[in-house]
Amino acid sequence: MTQTDIPTDVPVATAPAPMAPHKDLKWIGRSVKRVEDPKLLRGLGRYIDDVVLPGMLHAVVLRSPHAHARIVSVDAERARNAPGVVAVLTGPEAAARFAPLPDSGPAPDKHVWRVLAADKVRYVGEGVAVVVAETRYQAEDARTLIDVTYDLLDPIVDPLEAAENTDDLVHEALGTNVAYERTFTFGEVAHDFATADVVVRDRLRWGRQTAHPLDTTAAIGDYDPGTGEMVVHTNSISMTWLAFGAAVALGIPSNKLDLRPYISGGSFGSKQFCWRSTVTAAMMSKITGRPVKYVEDRLDHQLNGDQHGSDRYYDVELALMRDGTFRSLKIDCVDDYGAYIQFGVGSHGNALAQVTGPYRITSTEYRVRAVLTNKTQQGAYRGFGADAGNWALERIVDKAAAELGMDPVDIRRRNLIPPDAFPYHIPSGNMYDSGNYEPVLDHALERFGYAGWREKQALMRAEGRKVGIGIVTANERSVYGATEFWFWFDDKDVPVKTTSTPEGVSLTVDTVGNLTVTLYSTPFWGNSSDTVAAMLVAEEFDVDPADVTVVHHGTKGGLPAAGPGGSRLTVMLAGAVTGAAKKIKDKLLRIAAHDMEVDEADLEWVDGGYQVRGAEDARRSTADLAMLAYLVKTALPAGEESGLAANFVYDHPHLTMPKPDRSDLGSFYPCVGHACHLVAVEVDPETGAVDILDYVAVHDSGTLVNPRSYDGQIVGGTAQGVGTALSEELTYDAGGNPQVGTFWDYLIPTALDVPEVDFGHEQTPSPITAHGIKGGGEAGRLMAPGALSAAIDDALRDHGVRVTELPATPERIVGWLRKEET
Amino acid sequence: MTATHEPAAPVGTDVDTDPATLHPITITVNGTEHRLRVEGRRLLVDVLRQDLRLTGTRTGCDQGVCGVCTVRLDGRTVRSCITLAVQADGADVRTIEGVAPDASTLHPIQQAFWEKQGLQCGFCTPGMVLRVQEILEENPTPTRAQVREGISSNLCRCTGYQFIVDAAIEAAAQMAEDGS
Repeated sequence: MTQTDIPTDVPVATAPAPMAPHKDLKWIGRSVKRVEDPKLLRGLGRYIDDVVLPGMLHAVVLRSPHAHARIVSVDAERARNAPGVVAVLTGPEAAARFAPLPDSGPAPDKHVWRVLAADKVRYVGEGVAVVVAETRYQAEDARTLIDVTYDLLDPIVDPLEAAENTDDLVHEALGTNVAYERTFTFGEVAHDFATADVVVRDRLRWGRQTAHPLDTTAAIGDYDPGTGEMVVHTNSISMTWLAFGAAVALGIPSNKLDLRPYISGGSFGSKQFCWRSTVTAAMMSKITGRPVKYVEDRLDHQLNGDQHGSDRYYDVELALMRDGTFRSLKIDCVDDYGAYIQFGVGSHGNALAQVTGPYRITSTEYRVRAVLTNKTQQGAYRGFGADAGNWALERIVDKAAAELGMDPVDIRRRNLIPPDAFPYHIPSGNMYDSGNYEPVLDHALERFGYAGWREKQALMRAEGRKVGIGIVTANERSVYGATEFWFWFDDKDVPVKTTSTPEGVSLTVDTVGNLTVTLYSTPFWGNSSDTVAAMLVAEEFDVDPADVTVVHHGTKGGLPAAGPGGSRLTVMLAGAVTGAAKKIKDKLLRIAAHDMEVDEADLEWVDGGYQVRGAEDARRSTADLAMLAYLVKTALPAGEESGLAANFVYDHPHLTMPKPDRSDLGSFYPCVGHACHLVAVEVDPETGAVDILDYVAVHDSGTLVNPRSYDGQIVGGTAQGVGTALSEELTYDAGGNPQVGTFWDYLIPTALDVPEVDFGHEQTPSPITAHGIKGGGEAGRLMAPGALSAAIDDALRDHGVRVTELPATPERIVGWLRKEET
Repeated sequence: MTATHEPAAPVGTDVDTDPATLHPITITVNGTEHRLRVEGRRLLVDVLRQDLRLTGTRTGCDQGVCGVCTVRLDGRTVRSCITLAVQADGADVRTIEGVAPDASTLHPIQQAFWEKQGLQCGFCTPGMVLRVQEILEENPTPTRAQVREGISSNLCRCTGYQFIVDAAIEAAAQMAEDGS
């Protein structure tokens, strides 16, 4: 099968995916200056905290100082009488008036999640009351006047202990601290292990981190008591298809709730949903009848923003042959989800989308235990579980290479899925649409000067310097189908169903031919949604992207849309814009043919208009035809509507159902990119400091849209991966007290901590998306931790040190060295 | 600032310590003089954002770490989230809104950030632009390493800094060519 063949299995959702001819692309593939930037550079971007509404009040949240305690009483009387205070709402009061927050986990009624704690607090930072006042200063003053009496409970901190503990429970109704447990077996795992020459085992620990965008999550609720309409201005995702979740929590009809998107200073996954900020601001507006702004401060965001990343303990086993050929993989993972489980175990569904990476591995076993503890709950962080999954797989591959005495490049090359095997189904069922991995590897090796670096390394090591080289070859799944959230739940009484995770756009050509594209659910988070949409429109209509107006629509009355996430946005917008443009261009063609009294077949689209083939003078531009469409009904074909606008909802490009017995999870994350990162580091054994000497990143995400922006995503994601690998960690003491709470101790890399990345590109188009685009937004962070871990291993190989825990902080590295010495 | 272990001097009777007292201050922001009365605890960033509606200056951490709130106070970059407004009394303050020469032209540093995509979400950008401006005033021909060291005062979560460094180098070249 060639890579341009469409896969044979019948998908649930296959959107029409016009493959535009690539020879004549005018904008796609060009590094275009972003249309969003001039206002941002002048300080004129309108972020949520810049918005001031008449009569607006300010909310602050009183946070629990205890990890686990019963709330005996909350006395807010003094706060209510403090200067400027308009309202105080305590947790018990909120529980009586507002429904729990949406929770897609198993058995949400057994781990009820509320905007404020009602009966007990389950982590340090959980909100117990909201104060609303005329100014934030007054609200913060009054917050100190609330008296809460707590009955302290034993904190549940270690997830491995918590999994076995049935005496101390985070949620009594659940009867256990294990919210979910499951073992999937894909293929002949037992047989493959029994017949393998070698089994390599590893225990790995992926530490708890968070995205920490510089702009925290915030919302302004604006309730109209007269009409019952609630507008929430928000910098979180405002996806039309799930906004009803907030409406339910607020007790408002979904068609009276409008979530309006604002640009935001970064997300990296952390602004998915954010029900808490939306509901906090909205419920206080409903209570006071005035606009209420809730802006998380840095501590609110870290402790009560529901945005921690994966926190995993892995046992990994790789079965392989003595020549280095992989056979089978077993993964057993305990994940510390914290006190609630808002997205269920979706982050493991995500990891399962590329559980075997870029390698031919014929069978896989995957066990997950999702454990609840007294910590802030998980949300999403760039990679959403596939970050840790990639790292664990690359760690065991490096260990296998070391045990077999193979070069880490050679063992990878031997196992890469060959180009003629695509579309390729991995054991868990997900389909990889296309790929050509070896050229990526070769490109990276050449760019890096691998052989030369090995020689340099030998010379430097001869001088006593601890220099190491690390490599990863790993995948980036993109364009999620929501299956990853629900294939876990296969209760026979629940009918099997799925969603295609659609994305809609509206395209309007006005009377004089100017173009407006309306996006639903897509706030700008730094991901250049506007530039991408404008480029796609410009490509279709032969205009300049800077001349396309981009509108962000609120959820009310919006088309289905899910916004950015899972590296989907560029692909989904490309499908949606292409579809809407086709509707409009078809109409333009009909009008042009009618007006010029020629057959449609005699017309061709050239440079922004239709002209008679071979007759340049006989043409109608988009503006000519738009004028007719709006103003000259008599010039339109019989039955043609006036105006020139189209909606298009693009469904997921390729989604297939899981098998009922879950021996196959179906295809749910099919646009799969690939990358190779190579890094050289020097480790100071005295201080444990890691100095990055050289860094090469070669990526293949199919057709590139805006290469400079794409590289920006790669280097930014790589920098976050450096933080993941070396410095960032949300630590807790044995009492469940967070040990970090500021940027003084949660160490986001500075300009001195990250490398200059040398980029390379390969482009293997997707056969199932418009223009062959795949997503790439998460790719940098999906690669860097594995590459840096391998390089540190290599640097310290004479000491027998292997990185089995991230982040590899200086303190940890020195500890590992000392342990090996003794 | 020099650390001292001397006990603080007792507050004189002529000093008004009532937190509600409003203190008159005069600050010049981007060339315009403003006379205001502020609480002693009121932060400079709140005066800029809320009282003067110059919202290009933002806060990221409220603790003086991240540099999002960077403004120039008598020429030097400072953290406006940990600067009291009364400390700025009599000062000349420059914010991002005062960097571009006019409404249709960007400053060469802003233009270079645009050309090189030295920004993604734009949240750290005002502080970064002001810091790069200060770096280039001190050293009009910095190396990449010097720019990295210079901007290590300010956090950016999106870009990995590389294209900010590109922008600073490009701006330096452009400004040298322009003689500005």
